[in-house]
Amino acid sequence: MGQFIQLVIDGLSNGSIYAVLALAIVLVNQATGMVNFAQGGMAVLAAYLTWWMTEHGLPLLLAILLSVLVSFVVGGLLERFVIRRFERGDPDTAVVVTIGLLTLITGICGWLWSYNNKQFPSLFSLHTVNIFGAAVSFRSIGTFLVIVAIMLALQALFLGTRFGLALRAVAINPDSAALSGLPVGRLLMAGWGLAAALGAVAGALVAPQLTLTPGMMDEALVYALAAVILGGLSSPIGVVLAAWMIGVLENLAAVYVDFIGHDLSVAVPFFLIFVVLIVRPQGLFGRKAVVRV
Amino acid sequence: MTLLELESVTAFYGPVQVLDAVSLSVPEGGAVGILGANGAGKTTTLRAISGTVRAGGRIMFDGVDIRGKRPEQVAAMGVAHVPEGRGSFGALTVRENLRIGAYLRRDRKGVESDIELLLELFPNLRDRYKAHASSMSGGEQQMLAVARAFMAKPRLLLLDEASLGLAPSTATTVYDAIAKLRRESGIAMLVVEQNANLAFHIVDSATVLETGRNVLTGTSAELKGMDEVRRAYLGG
Repeated sequence: MGQFIQLVIDGLSNGSIYAVLALAIVLVNQATGMVNFAQGGMAVLAAYLTWWMTEHGLPLLLAILLSVLVSFVVGGLLERFVIRRFERGDPDTAVVVTIGLLTLITGICGWLWSYNNKQFPSLFSLHTVNIFGAAVSFRSIGTFLVIVAIMLALQALFLGTRFGLALRAVAINPDSAALSGLPVGRLLMAGWGLAAALGAVAGALVAPQLTLTPGMMDEALVYALAAVILGGLSSPIGVVLAAWMIGVLENLAAVYVDFIGHDLSVAVPFFLIFVVLIVRPQGLFGRKAVVRV
Repeated sequence: MTLLELESVTAFYGPVQVLDAVSLSVPEGGAVGILGANGAGKTTTLRAISGTVRAGGRIMFDGVDIRGKRPEQVAAMGVAHVPEGRGSFGALTVRENLRIGAYLRRDRKGVESDIELLLELFPNLRDRYKAHASSMSGGEQQMLAVARAFMAKPRLLLLDEASLGLAPSTATTVYDAIAKLRRESGIAMLVVEQNANLAFHIVDSATVLETGRNVLTGTSAELKGMDEVRRAYLGG
């Protein structure tokens, strides 16, 4: 029983990493209608920036805050000067551009800071508490709580505020939004800026656990995209629940299902997606798009 | 008092000249129609006004030249454009669509009471209040588009082919509601319509466009009396 609970809790902890990246992807999608594959890379860049500032003597919390601010600005500028050229064109082109950005940002990180692992200081203590026979670190609990807070904040932003409504409207129909007086360009920049800022938080949360490398987020990005598909692109709560589910099932399958083991556990979330999408194409929590013609 | 005045407005799509020289004026509180066949430049004229296509000539709104301004700037001056194809926000609910229409307004109470007023006028929208716009019929979406534009409390409404793709009885319902809104609000309107009979429900005068220039301008009564207008646009 102790082992089972330990596996579940470790799974939730891994799932939280996927969740925070998935939330950033949902944010960009809801605000601009795009899927940003560079989201993981932007989070890594922000994590390096934070790390670099702590190496120069800044307290960790201050470094994270500065990195979040810088990321907001960089994200906005990236939209304005790079992404905007592709927003109105073929959506496939835009997706390939974000994949190119991912490669570019990873390369820049490696060039500036090398590909060797860096020890990233943890925001939360590594001490553990005993919960039902499982050892749980304060870091896991802290990460978990921050993610729940971000999830609820995003849900409230999109569904409860005028700003969130404007972001969604611009993503759905930018031409019509401009006719209603919405500052389309600024809203698109704000959407990317917010997602980049969220990515900076994500980077700071997961870097201590994964240790900082340019490719730190690559695997997490794959799981995050899985969570986004499984949970439904429009639902912050949905993608977080899906990310936790993926983390837990992956852990359980690796230990309890003999032929899967640790080598095949990466396939578990994708098998799960396959099964779920056959039954619910809109994801577990997404809203079905109904279009009358 | 003239609210909107177009003087020799030109516009191009790439190398193709769509507007040659369009002139018209809409008085404060008045309603003017733009009639004409497909490709005559009706929609482009509206787009030139709302800043969604680049134009030449002079476009004066309330004494200010708005030519070259961005769509959101024109909207902020009090021009609401119901675009061809309705411009609905498909994944937003009826209520959210209406709130987007009122985006520039700061009077929360006024917005809520205007939503109530429009739901009274368009009972179909009340029935679908929490539904996504994309799930509604063409007629319902057209009513939503008109209601969305009214939520901005504009001084001038640009209405583009509100009858497009609607069953005749639905189109009449939509136009009756617009006529009623006009009577109650006194908002000036510029109405593009292929179906001239419907346009004459609302407008006091109209101009007829052919290949990007005015060929006829007159009051509704004058135009209805002309043989060529009757033949070309009134079905006999």
